[in-house]
Amino acid sequence: MNPTLVRWLQAPSIIVLFLWMIVPLSMTIYFSTIRYNLFYPERTGFVGLQNYEFFWTDAAFFPALLNTLILVGSVLVITIVLGLAIAILIDRPFRGRGIARVMLISPFFIMPTVSALVWKNMMMDPNNGLFAAFANALGFTPIEWLQSVPLLSIIIMVSWQWTPFAILIFMTSLQSQDQEQKEAATLDGAGFWAQFFNLTLPHLARPISIVLLIQMIFHLSIFAEIFVTTSGGPGVSSTNLTYLIYIQSQQAFDVGVASAGGVFAIILANIVAIFLIRAVGKTLTV
Amino acid sequence: MKSLRNTALGLTLGVAGASMASMASAGELTIATVNNGHMIEMQKLTPVFEEANPGITVNWVTLDEGTLRSRVTTDITTRGGQFDIMTIGMYEAPIWGERGWLQALEFGEDYNVDDILPAMRNGLSHDGNLYAAPFYGESSMIMYRKDLLDAAGMTMPDNPSWGHVADAAAAMTDKDNGVYGICLRGKPGWGDNMAFLTTMANSFGAQWFNEDWTPALDSAAWNHAVHFYVDLLNNYGPPGSSGNSFNEILALINEGKCGMWIDATIAASFVSNPDQSQVADVIAFAQSPQAVTTRGANWLWAWSLAIPAGTNQAEDAQKFIEWATSADYIELVAETNGWGAVPTGTRQSTYDNPNFQDAAVFADAELAAILSADPENSTQNPSPYVGVQFAAIPEFQAIGTAVGQQMSAALAGDVTVEEALEAAQEAADREMRKAGYY
Repeated sequence: MNPTLVRWLQAPSIIVLFLWMIVPLSMTIYFSTIRYNLFYPERTGFVGLQNYEFFWTDAAFFPALLNTLILVGSVLVITIVLGLAIAILIDRPFRGRGIARVMLISPFFIMPTVSALVWKNMMMDPNNGLFAAFANALGFTPIEWLQSVPLLSIIIMVSWQWTPFAILIFMTSLQSQDQEQKEAATLDGAGFWAQFFNLTLPHLARPISIVLLIQMIFHLSIFAEIFVTTSGGPGVSSTNLTYLIYIQSQQAFDVGVASAGGVFAIILANIVAIFLIRAVGKTLTV
Repeated sequence: MKSLRNTALGLTLGVAGASMASMASAGELTIATVNNGHMIEMQKLTPVFEEANPGITVNWVTLDEGTLRSRVTTDITTRGGQFDIMTIGMYEAPIWGERGWLQALEFGEDYNVDDILPAMRNGLSHDGNLYAAPFYGESSMIMYRKDLLDAAGMTMPDNPSWGHVADAAAAMTDKDNGVYGICLRGKPGWGDNMAFLTTMANSFGAQWFNEDWTPALDSAAWNHAVHFYVDLLNNYGPPGSSGNSFNEILALINEGKCGMWIDATIAASFVSNPDQSQVADVIAFAQSPQAVTTRGANWLWAWSLAIPAGTNQAEDAQKFIEWATSADYIELVAETNGWGAVPTGTRQSTYDNPNFQDAAVFADAELAAILSADPENSTQNPSPYVGVQFAAIPEFQAIGTAVGQQMSAALAGDVTVEEALEAAQEAADREMRKAGYY
């Protein structure tokens, strides 16, 4: 087939995809440079980088940036490690494996708001929660989860939701692993860890990078769990960039400043993505 | 250019709404409302209105408070025209009325507008025009466990001081048995912890803004009030207070874990209902505590119905509002569900009704609280804003939320009260400067 013709045939879908991305992006950048507060429709005009400066100089900006990175980093590590461990555990046939797999995957299908409410009121509540009941039974003072360790609490919630995603991906890739290779390695006297590092991990390199990248995109914009449980508090200890933008757009109704925050978020996402792709990119080359 | 901007923004923000917003055809009313009990009841009774007004059909869009607020605010500021009637609070009505975004309401003789409690009418008006009709209203008051107070050999006067409340909390606290003397809101938000904390600060003589619109959070009165609040909850409050708002505390008090609770009068009907509360028969009521003044010591709020300016269905919308906020509607709810379930806090005639007085043990305390609230004069020293537990200016939501976060940090012990108030003052100052107040 003639390459020019191929290009022409591909063009419509590529153009649509490009528009899909460029229209919202240019609108966000345009809004971020004008004075635009919904409550003051009469105030208009170009303000240059003033909106960026206002967002940047917010006392909550750097804590929010740090919280965003801590959230993404911790959840990625926890879900990958746990996901790998559990996927390898359930790779071998045993009675009830099918049911166990379904149970392990199910948290992924619960809506984030619902899961956050359950965690808040049934698990972490210092008066009526399950953790408090255990602590009391053992004679300890219950931890006030959302008050003393708000960010850790959010990390736990998100990890619980996303570990199943990692399990699912790793479980399916493990099934395509060459069993004869493993048998040969066992015959040669390779132990579990030797096999894990030399056979399993290289085999899983690509799924791991996929899980990393997809999760990163989702976790940079964690919102529901924070909105439902801590409202970004106490103080700004569980406020991330998304929540900060929400406050500017839905409480101050300042579209200009919120858009500037959105541009910051885009830049941050790209920086994180570049680092991650550098780190795992080698495995993605075909 | 501006219309293009608004269209573009409306498109961006309206994607979620677009699926639900139909271009209303004649005789079709679309109403945005909040998902609480009284509103759900109104939806159930809609057929009664439709039968009486053939040709009008009503569509409901029911949302939680936060979502409703951002949807209707976005719709009205971008002239989206998705709704013919909006459910708004006492915070929005004067601001939007002043900007000409709402249609002034004119009612007929039968409606008896003078029956609406004066505090409610004032809070929903601007320059003498009523911009929203109250569907149900509330103030705040003390709900306390009379049995625990009796056991401690104490009494609760009708208008207690904060000092007395602290003594009572100390006497009622029994941590070994999981009973805490006082439960108060701590979850950050301008409508969560700051609604309560503002009334408390008012009673200590504090205010949000000075006459020249500079934030007044660095005053001695705020410092005094917040110290008192933090100490009270840390000594006699339940664990995890900085995450508690209305629903969490309602659950605690219904389980018998709180000695006292200062919150919305609407809660009185829940805590005194034996179906859901273990302490229904021992709950009593008193007015909100005072420190140096009773001004602004209890809040005032009303969920109300308003018509956005420029709707094509103005006449039908007015008809519906007239029906839903009338004395007849209250009678209708009473016939359907009993006098204990009627929307309260709006009309004098409700409180004059002997059937209602029999059904609601809290009627007198609630009416006294509502009548004593005055949004025009809610602080000891003169202040430039309207509103008891908020300042009715567009910047307040962002300021109240930022300050609320600092207060929750002080309560959790992450920062000192002084640090929290300093950060709060700075955040408020930034927003006010950006908005060009000074």
